Amino acid sequence: MIAALLSAPDDQPRSFAASGGRADDALTLWTLHELHYRGIAGVDERWEWQASTIGLRTELERALETDLRARRPEAVVTGDLAVDLLRILADDDSPSLARHVQRRATREQTLQLLRQRSLYHLKEADPTSWVIPRLTAGPKAALLEIQFDEYGNGDPGRLHHRLFEAGIAASGLDGDYGAYVDEAVVEILEQNNVLSMFGLQRRLRGAALGHLAAFEGTSSLPSRQLAQGLRRLDFPEEMASYYDEHVEADAVHEQLALRDICVALVAAEPDLYDDVLLGAWACTDLEARAAGALLSLWDAA
Amino acid sequence: MSARPSEEHADIVLCPDGPMLLRGAAVVQDEDGVRHRTTRPVTAVCRCGHSAIKPWCDGTHKLLRD
Repeated sequence: MIAALLSAPDDQPRSFAASGGRADDALTLWTLHELHYRGIAGVDERWEWQASTIGLRTELERALETDLRARRPEAVVTGDLAVDLLRILADDDSPSLARHVQRRATREQTLQLLRQRSLYHLKEADPTSWVIPRLTAGPKAALLEIQFDEYGNGDPGRLHHRLFEAGIAASGLDGDYGAYVDEAVVEILEQNNVLSMFGLQRRLRGAALGHLAAFEGTSSLPSRQLAQGLRRLDFPEEMASYYDEHVEADAVHEQLALRDICVALVAAEPDLYDDVLLGAWACTDLEARAAGALLSLWDAA
Repeated sequence: MSARPSEEHADIVLCPDGPMLLRGAAVVQDEDGVRHRTTRPVTAVCRCGHSAIKPWCDGTHKLLRD
């Protein structure tokens, strides 16, 4: 499929098949999602909306969602969404990459982590922006309050994915969008793919926002640990200050995401209650898998 | 930007077990009399007293609950 994208859509078959291999499927889906973001150099832009690519994307997303739901433990539902969502975060006792970087990681391990994280951080906040036009006034205005901050409050130099780009470039890495996709572990690809799927599918808007609340709610403290670890390893200030920014920003965002977005969303659309919890759980699950994969790679689990 | 927000949107929000959210540009004076200008549209002000970046919140209050 990836080779086929280098020619014009008119010259290609009308369907593509999934490979069935987990790593290949994850890379294929990541590639298909990128057609909806900034595209891929050398790929005809018409591929974004061809029946063949949409068909394969649908098939791969269905498999990803089925796996996710099969792994999910039964949710505790009290009727108070904020309580139930915070319980998911409190119950998460998975190993922490941030703590490893803070205390023990080598410089090489930390560079590897930054390369893996670059897949998301170079389009930070973008997957959630797909959700905006699908919301009613309350959660929409609150989501925009977060997104505007993510996008630098009008200053491109303060835009979070630009801060990350500046940080990794100062650290001697390639800040180009998608530069490190070839070395991404499958758990990182799947983490990105689920986030894009939540954003792109209107049906999963509740999960997208539950994911946002969990992501922001587990960011301030780990960001502080990452900033400390980067300074311990003498990384440039541009890199450490990217995480400083997230300590402060995400302490705000987590409050807005939980109450002004998720609680308001479920008040407007009560049927989305379980999807919000699904998204929050998925955030913790995908991060646990990514952390487990990288820590075992480093023999640090 | 509108100077007068609607009634359904508070300028100051006290978060349960969390910080105080402050909307709009403001100057916050801390316990030592030092003034800090907000730099973002919504700011979280520490209420637990244990933040490492006071007067702003850094999420430390969550560790105090455990």
